[in-house]
Amino acid sequence: METKVFQRIYTQLTGITKATVSLRAQGVANEELAMVHGRLAQVVKIMGDIITLQVFSGTEGIPTNAEVVFFGEPPMLKVGDDLAGRFFDAYGHPMFGDSEIEGEPREIGGPSVNPLRRKQPSELIATGIAGIDLNNTLVTGQKIPFFADPDQPFNQVMAMVALRAQADKIILGGMGLSNDDFLFFKNVFENAGALDRIISFVNTTEQPPVERLLVPDMALTAAEYFAVEKKEKVLVLLTDMTLYADALSIVSNRMDQIPSKDSMPGSLYSDLAKIYEKAVQFPDGGSITIIAVTTLSGGDITHAIPDNTGYITEGQLFLRTDSDTGKVIVDPFRSLSRLKQLVIGKKTREDHPQVMNAAVRLYADAASAKTKLENGFDLTEYDERALKFAHDYSEKLLAIDINIEVDAMLNTAWQLLAKYFSKTEVAIKSELVEKYWPAN
Amino acid sequence: MKTQGKVTGIISNLVVVEVDGPVAQNEICYINLAGTKLMAEVIKVIGKLAYVQVFESTRGLRVGTPVEFQGHMLEVTLGPGLLSKNYDGLQHDLAKMKGIFLQRGDYTDALDFDSEWDFTPLVEPGTQVIAADWLGEVPENWVKHKIMVPFTFTDKYTVKSIVPAGKYKVSDTIAVLVDTKGEEFKVTMYQKWPVKKAIIAYKEKPRPSKILETGVRVIDTLNPIAEGGTGFIPGPFGCGKTVLQHALAKQANADMIIMAACGERANEVVEIFAEFPHLDDPRTGRKLMERTTIICNTSNMPVAAREASVYTAMTIGEYYRSMGLKVLLLADSTSRWAQALREMSNRLEELPGPDAFPMDLSAVIANFYARAGFVHLNNGSNGSVTFIGTVSPAGGNLKEPVTESTKKAARCFYALSQQRADSKRYPAIDPMDSYSKYLEYPEIQEFLNKNISENWVELVMKVKNTIQQGREASEQINILGDDGVPLDYHDRYWKAEIIDFVILQQDAFDVIDCNTPLARQRYMLEKVMQICNTNFHFDGFEQCSSYYKRMINTLKQMNYSEFQSEEFYNYEKELDTILNERRVQ
Repeated sequence: METKVFQRIYTQLTGITKATVSLRAQGVANEELAMVHGRLAQVVKIMGDIITLQVFSGTEGIPTNAEVVFFGEPPMLKVGDDLAGRFFDAYGHPMFGDSEIEGEPREIGGPSVNPLRRKQPSELIATGIAGIDLNNTLVTGQKIPFFADPDQPFNQVMAMVALRAQADKIILGGMGLSNDDFLFFKNVFENAGALDRIISFVNTTEQPPVERLLVPDMALTAAEYFAVEKKEKVLVLLTDMTLYADALSIVSNRMDQIPSKDSMPGSLYSDLAKIYEKAVQFPDGGSITIIAVTTLSGGDITHAIPDNTGYITEGQLFLRTDSDTGKVIVDPFRSLSRLKQLVIGKKTREDHPQVMNAAVRLYADAASAKTKLENGFDLTEYDERALKFAHDYSEKLLAIDINIEVDAMLNTAWQLLAKYFSKTEVAIKSELVEKYWPAN
Repeated sequence: MKTQGKVTGIISNLVVVEVDGPVAQNEICYINLAGTKLMAEVIKVIGKLAYVQVFESTRGLRVGTPVEFQGHMLEVTLGPGLLSKNYDGLQHDLAKMKGIFLQRGDYTDALDFDSEWDFTPLVEPGTQVIAADWLGEVPENWVKHKIMVPFTFTDKYTVKSIVPAGKYKVSDTIAVLVDTKGEEFKVTMYQKWPVKKAIIAYKEKPRPSKILETGVRVIDTLNPIAEGGTGFIPGPFGCGKTVLQHALAKQANADMIIMAACGERANEVVEIFAEFPHLDDPRTGRKLMERTTIICNTSNMPVAAREASVYTAMTIGEYYRSMGLKVLLLADSTSRWAQALREMSNRLEELPGPDAFPMDLSAVIANFYARAGFVHLNNGSNGSVTFIGTVSPAGGNLKEPVTESTKKAARCFYALSQQRADSKRYPAIDPMDSYSKYLEYPEIQEFLNKNISENWVELVMKVKNTIQQGREASEQINILGDDGVPLDYHDRYWKAEIIDFVILQQDAFDVIDCNTPLARQRYMLEKVMQICNTNFHFDGFEQCSSYYKRMINTLKQMNYSEFQSEEFYNYEKELDTILNERRVQ
């Protein structure tokens, strides 16, 4: 940022920790930005004339006589149509030596939408993946994370969903993205010829972790510009929110805050909610949909990060490798889309809700049959059928490599139900059974 | 002269203010940030320094910013026009706010001071009155909204004058009261009350003796909640807490519903905004929104206001209770409220209790639940506030501080089970882990036996017993295998499954099944228990399971049919045919 006339310059630090510096200064505003020894920093605490600054790129090598320049304003992003098709770092500066963009500066992390001015989401996002469209249908204005172990192909699935979702803009917020994954996203978007509707804000693993804290706010400020002012359907991809939360805990630790569960800051819920709640459907057509990734350690969803996330987001998509078929599936038990009720059977065929429930229930029967088998018990004839059904269901519907229309998914489901079960075992409302039960 | 102050420190939404005069704990002040007034509450005082929590973002705030103290605690405005309103946690009307985004300091009036109400006096000049006595009434939707002697009036008063029937604004003087010292007080149609204090202007609070019908079978039949009772719903995410709360809001037999969306998702509130104006109240035929007030402090709204929101909701509930109404207050979720307490306690650098929650968490929760209750008013009418809160236990672990503290305070416990939710058995209330202490109250037992059927309580106990037996049988089958147990175990297991599928499970999204009146609950329960008391003959366990599945299917079709319709009786006949196939005479 260029120097301005009114900037105040200080050269005497009174304290340095791994992530923060403090100094005596006058007239400083809360949350304003400063440059400390050439590094960007933000005011996080003011006590009398002692100011504490969080230095985004870390404090290594900062001397006590470092130059501190206050900017007099909170973090900003220049927004404009120019954003489209470009890659930015966590501070909103173009990467690859691109020129700065033209546009109006906006404060990041701005106010939330008046809930009364929101519209109830009602537009289905088709992804072609049956594990999502059939069982956990997504809706514009929704916020939903993938819960996945680090070895699962969540970034690939997310890129696939993003490209099929027919959004006007796709905004990628990469936090602690490995360089390989970053290049993967870049290539996929380029090859799909979609680059002009993609905007990326990226912090890679090579960059300091605290910088990540800016990424979601940057991405969502850009999203709000396109959704509010251009009335566009914006899809925001945030990966990986676990690394974001880790950065939060680093900062709160340096600030001597008392940690709550799993060494996370006590404000974790509010911090995450502020980001996810930016997902919104506006009455005039614009919308922000957030698909995020929360990596788990060993599938443990009781850890503070996935746990708090689950309470904030409208469901979660759980990826797991199915040992039966060897394919990565969207787990029907642990996945959930809370907003699916708004579209299934309304925007999709009437039999959708019941078919979905019946198939999942029968899949659960197969799971208990499997437990029996593992415990060395004999299977009943029903158990055998349930297991065969589960195999087909997993292969033909749950696997993430499926790409079909919703009606085709329903037809496939009916065929599988009819192949292995009788009408009473399926226990679907009889009028629907009459109408859709396959003839042969 | 109001106390003034200047900002001397800022840590997130905790601001330290140096004051020039007296300040009270919980006093409200406004920080004047370049013309925008930010509301804040005093939460700690040390010497000349008042620590205030700001109900807004403190971005851009500087040391030296002037602060003005108001001399009162956080108050709500009570008067006609509260129904159908959508407020934020501090009772600002969301509909009156400008723009798409919530701007800091955009504080709007809770009531419409311009609209006129049809006032009818209920007292004559010369009448002796005390706080909360009814002076008159105005129609508000279908409620007869009582205009009361303000709750802050502590003396005995004589009505000196009262206006005749006619149209008045809420701020018009409608009566003049004289206290025992002869001093005169003007009374308008609205009053203010500090939210953290309970309104106790009633004669007595007896033990609850009636149940509040909710239309949810697993609650009404197995673990009913009393009118004026307290209950809580803990459960991991994705177990259907919110769907259940919405079902209660739609169906419960209450005059007024207050929903406090406390730190939860905005889209869930939007669902209420979108649906309630169109849904009919099954009891009055009017729109659900007409009996609903929403206090909305979603998770992205300022944390401090989240804490206030549950108190705002409770105070409005107590106000309507004083009019002799049945109020149901739903708060989703009280864990978010507790977390707001934790965030502040953390910033105040208090020594933490378990899981970093403040040490007095348990007391704060108990105090809040105690504000619910069934009351006899001074004039002989009854009113009630029934409170049901949800709890979002971290990691689904019910041993965490908020759940444990709530368990001590609430009388009904509706445990949502992950296992039931995973197998889509909704509502996922576990029938055995859950309890209602009210079922043990002799008053309530008498009420149930009188109003539903003789021996109802006994029948419910039998149901619970059958479920328990089924569960034990299922464990044995899992350990020993299908062949390893006597056929009898399978029979027992499937009898419990019938109860599960037909009584416990309920389709919240089906127009008919979503709401089951008590008469229908009785009919179906007796039907199911009849089956459970019947002996059937089977040649093997496979025959047993397929036979019971047929029965379940038919009974479910009955649940989906209009009660006592032709369709309903046809399925019942079908069921009788099935029963006769294998019944042992």
